[in-house]
Amino acid sequence: MMSARAIRTWCVVHKWTSLISTVFLLLLCITGLPLIFYHEIDRALGYDIEAPPMPAGTPLASLDAVVDASKKQIPGTYIQFVSWDPDEPDQVFASMAKRPDTPTDENRFLVLDARTAQVLGEPPFRSTFMFFLYRLHVDLFAGLPGKLFLGFMGLLLVGAVVSGVVVYGPFMRRLDFGTVRTRRSRRLLWLDLHNLLGIVTVAWVFVVGLTGVINTWADLVFKFWQANQLAEMVLPYKGQAPTQQLGSLQAAVDTARRVAPGMTPSFVAYPQSAFSSQHHYTVFMRGETPLTSRLLKPVLIDASNGAFTDTRDMPWYVTVLLLSQPLHFGNYGGTPLKIIWAVLDVITIIVLASGLYLWLARRKIPMDNEIAEATGTIPAMEKRVPQVAE
Amino acid sequence: MKSGARTRLGGFVRVFGWPILLALFGAIGLISALLGDGAWDVLSWAGLAAPVLVLAWHVLRPVR
Repeated sequence: MMSARAIRTWCVVHKWTSLISTVFLLLLCITGLPLIFYHEIDRALGYDIEAPPMPAGTPLASLDAVVDASKKQIPGTYIQFVSWDPDEPDQVFASMAKRPDTPTDENRFLVLDARTAQVLGEPPFRSTFMFFLYRLHVDLFAGLPGKLFLGFMGLLLVGAVVSGVVVYGPFMRRLDFGTVRTRRSRRLLWLDLHNLLGIVTVAWVFVVGLTGVINTWADLVFKFWQANQLAEMVLPYKGQAPTQQLGSLQAAVDTARRVAPGMTPSFVAYPQSAFSSQHHYTVFMRGETPLTSRLLKPVLIDASNGAFTDTRDMPWYVTVLLLSQPLHFGNYGGTPLKIIWAVLDVITIIVLASGLYLWLARRKIPMDNEIAEATGTIPAMEKRVPQVAE
Repeated sequence: MKSGARTRLGGFVRVFGWPILLALFGAIGLISALLGDGAWDVLSWAGLAAPVLVLAWHVLRPVR
């Protein structure tokens, strides 16, 4: 049995980690709810772009034709990334920027037909309401500082979850699991609901919260990878000017497929872009199972002559980040998993709101007395007048 | 001494038995859909739905 003093300390931890973060966690839960269905909502609003039907097995166009068509579509820009979506096998995407090395924030995004290399369109993703919610959820429109701030709020959530589990013990000592006292005060009803909803969803909230925190470090993790493992891989190129004359992208991807048999290209980062070196097409290959399709293996191809330079497995910190993404998004088990994700999110909103209510409707008695009343212990410090039961 | 320890363990199981069981179901649900498709997805839905169903039963059962 914990001492009254220890219980009091954990209650204070639970109160303050929650109070500081609750408003932001409510924002994250509320904006996150529609984001679970980002693609479905965009599709319903007519923002998605469809490739025309063609006979199955229609051969794919050369990626070099895709590159030419993209540059023609938006003259004077540079391709930074070419990518694929496993759910859209007939499409290929090009991310275009003003310079080869500009940050990706202003990039334009083209959808092309993978079989004809024709531009299908430029989805207006930055002007949609879903993108507004996405930015609120990811960085509060404040870039990296916004991400790191929200990550800190997520760490407070982890602290609130742990301390909440600890104080659940003494508070439930005299109650059966699932007790909801509906006939006493409103405050007691919401205390019971807060405890029950919170403890039942604790594994999910802990994982989604922690993986959310890890995701806020994505930019830093990839910068670190670029400065370490990637820098090691391209050491022979040290001091050379960035490659300007780019060779065939199709040849680079073909070479990458030979180097990493059984894997599929996920995206190609161009020289000088955020995920590559100054001199390479970095072809990020993925596996085919639900787990390995989330993991990436970079294959470095010299962009000037198409020669294979190096390939290595990602270091553990990138793997942790890549695995954190599905566990936060809930997009790895079909529509039923997304629906369960949404239900658990709504329950979490109720836990947050009821926690706030319990603080606002707190009774004007010292915390020690309330703990003593709930747990059946006598405050250690001094004898107090017993409280009249509610 | 021995009976005291047993009582303490009994108290812990009484308070945390259900939460630990439901957290295990949740963890299985979170992981299984990563490991495969088809049956793994179904296991994932069941694992994560279990806590919600237990919750619903306690909240919605007749008022005592």
